[in-house]
Amino acid sequence: MLKVEDLDVFYGDARALDGVSLDVPEGAIVAIVGANGAGKTSLIRTIAGMHKPARGRIALRGADIAGLPSFKVCNLGIGQVAEGRLVFPTLTVSENLEMGAMLPRARALQKQNMDRVLAMFPVLAERSGQAAGTLSGGEQQMLAIGRCLMGNPELVMFDEPSLGLAPAVVQAVLQTIRDLNRDGLTCVLVEQNVAVSLKLASRAYVLENGRITLSGSGAELLADDRVRKAYLGL
Amino acid sequence: MMGRLTQGVPRRILIALAVLLAVLLLAPWVANDYVLTVLILILYFAYTGQAWNIMMGFAGQLSLGHALYVGLGAYTTAALYVHFGVSPWLGLPVAIVIAAMAGAFIGYLAFRFGVTGVYFAILTIAFCEFARIGFDHFRWVSGSSGFFLPVANYTRNDLWNLRGSPAMFYYVMLALTVVAFLICHWLLRSRIGYFWQAIREDEMAAKTLGIDTFRYKMIAVVISASMTSVAGMFFAFYYNNLFPEQVFHISRSIELILGPIIGGIGTLFGPIIGAIVLTGLAESIFELLSALGWTPPGARQVFYGVCLLIVVMLLPDGIWPPLARKLGLDKSRDKTER
Repeated sequence: MLKVEDLDVFYGDARALDGVSLDVPEGAIVAIVGANGAGKTSLIRTIAGMHKPARGRIALRGADIAGLPSFKVCNLGIGQVAEGRLVFPTLTVSENLEMGAMLPRARALQKQNMDRVLAMFPVLAERSGQAAGTLSGGEQQMLAIGRCLMGNPELVMFDEPSLGLAPAVVQAVLQTIRDLNRDGLTCVLVEQNVAVSLKLASRAYVLENGRITLSGSGAELLADDRVRKAYLGL
Repeated sequence: MMGRLTQGVPRRILIALAVLLAVLLLAPWVANDYVLTVLILILYFAYTGQAWNIMMGFAGQLSLGHALYVGLGAYTTAALYVHFGVSPWLGLPVAIVIAAMAGAFIGYLAFRFGVTGVYFAILTIAFCEFARIGFDHFRWVSGSSGFFLPVANYTRNDLWNLRGSPAMFYYVMLALTVVAFLICHWLLRSRIGYFWQAIREDEMAAKTLGIDTFRYKMIAVVISASMTSVAGMFFAFYYNNLFPEQVFHISRSIELILGPIIGGIGTLFGPIIGAIVLTGLAESIFELLSALGWTPPGARQVFYGVCLLIVVMLLPDGIWPPLARKLGLDKSRDKTER
C-alpha cells in the first residue's frame, strides 16, 4: 500500500534519514523501532508531507506522494496520531473530534465516523463537553486516535502512542490499535517500547542513526540477538 | 441571512445589542462635539482592534505593525482624492488591494520560510518601519513634510467625498464598526474560523489533521490587512493630514492592539469593550483632571500602562471572558469541570 524507497531527509546540513526504504502492505501493522533521535519521527513527518525529502520516493498505491503538502497527503487517506498527542487543550472533546473531520474526504462522513469513534471510546462520549486539556493522558491519547479516525484514513501512523502512559493504559492503547487493524486499518507504529510493538507487528524495521539496519517479521526481530541486546536488555 | 446571523444567539443579547445600537444612532443628537469626538475615537479603536483581532485572536499570528495597513489605506485614498479628485469610496478598493498585497507579501515571506512567533512580530514591525522611512521620501505625497487634504466645509455634509461634520464621520465609523463586528461574527462561525482556532491552539496538530495551515494563515493576514486599510481611509479624511512619522509610527501599532488585549484577545466583544474602557475612561479622567485645573503631561501613557498592568495581573484573558461568564453568556462550557 505504502512504499518508501531510498529516502534522504536533511535539516539544514544535518542528515536525519539516509536511504530509508520500507514497505507497508495493505492491512498490516508495521513497526518502526529505534532509539531516541534515530529518525523515527522524521520518517513519519516526511511521509505525512511535513518535511520535503531531499531524495527518494514515497508511493501510495503506486502514486508518488513525496513532496506533496501535508493537507493533500491527509486527504489521500494517510492519517497521523502525532507524538505527544497534540489535542487542542481549550477546545472540548467533541470540538476536537469535529476538527478531525475537516478533510474534504471526511466531511460527508462526519456523523457516521463520530458514532463509530464514540462507540469505540465511550469515555469520549461521557466527556464530550469537557475541555480536552482536562482529560487524563490516556483519555487524551484516545481522543487523538479518535480525532485521526474522524478523517476517515486508510492508513494511520502512530507516533509513540504509549509515551508517558501508565502500563495498563498502554495495553488499552495497543489493544485499540490491534482492533482497528482487525477492522481493516493499515497501521504504522513507531515506538521506543520495542518489545510490545514487535509483538504486535507483522513486519518491523529497526532504524538507527537515520538508517534501516534490520528488518523482518516482528517475531524474527524479537529473536534477533542484536535487537535483544540493544533494545530489550537481554 | 438575518436568520443565519442571529441563529443561536440568546434573545436578551440581541435585545441588548439592538438597544446599544439605537443609543449609538441617537448619540449625535444629544452629545456635544467633544463627546462625539471621544465616541468617534472609541469606534475607531473598536474597528481597528477587531481587524487586528482576526489575525492575532482568531488565527494566532501576532502583528505589531498594523499601522502599516492603516497608513497604506490612508495615503492611497488621500492621494487619489487630492491628485485626481477620486472619491474615497472609489479609492478604497485600490487601498484595500494594496494593503492586502502588502499583508500577503509579509505573510508569504513569514509562513513560507517558517518565521513564527516573536520573529514574525518583528518582521511586521520591520515592514511598518520600511514604510515609515519610505514615505518620508515619497515626493508624490509630500514626504516627511506631510500630506494635507483640503479642510472640510462643515456647512454641508458630502458623504461621497467624506467632507463634513463630526456627526457624519461618527455615522461612518459606526457603520464600519458594525460591519466589522458582523464580519468577525460570521468568520468565527465559518469553517475558516474553525481552522484558525486549530492553528492558534496547536499548529502542528492542525497540520497532522490535514489543515492547510499556510493557506488559512494567509487568509487571516489578508482579511485583517484589508479591513485595517479601511480605517486608514477614515483616518486620512477625518484628520485631514498625514505625516509618515505619525501614521506609521510604532506607537500607532501599539495603541491599536491595546484595546483587544485589555478587552480579551480572540473574543468577539473584547476589542469593543477594550476600546470603550481605554479611550472612554482615559478621556473622562483627563476631562475630570483638567476641570480640576491639572493637566499632567504623559498622563495618557501612564493610564494605558496602569490599565495593561491591571488586566495582565488580574484578568489575564482580558475583561470580556469573565464578564461574559458573569452575564451567563459563556456558552462554551465550564472549563474547570472535571
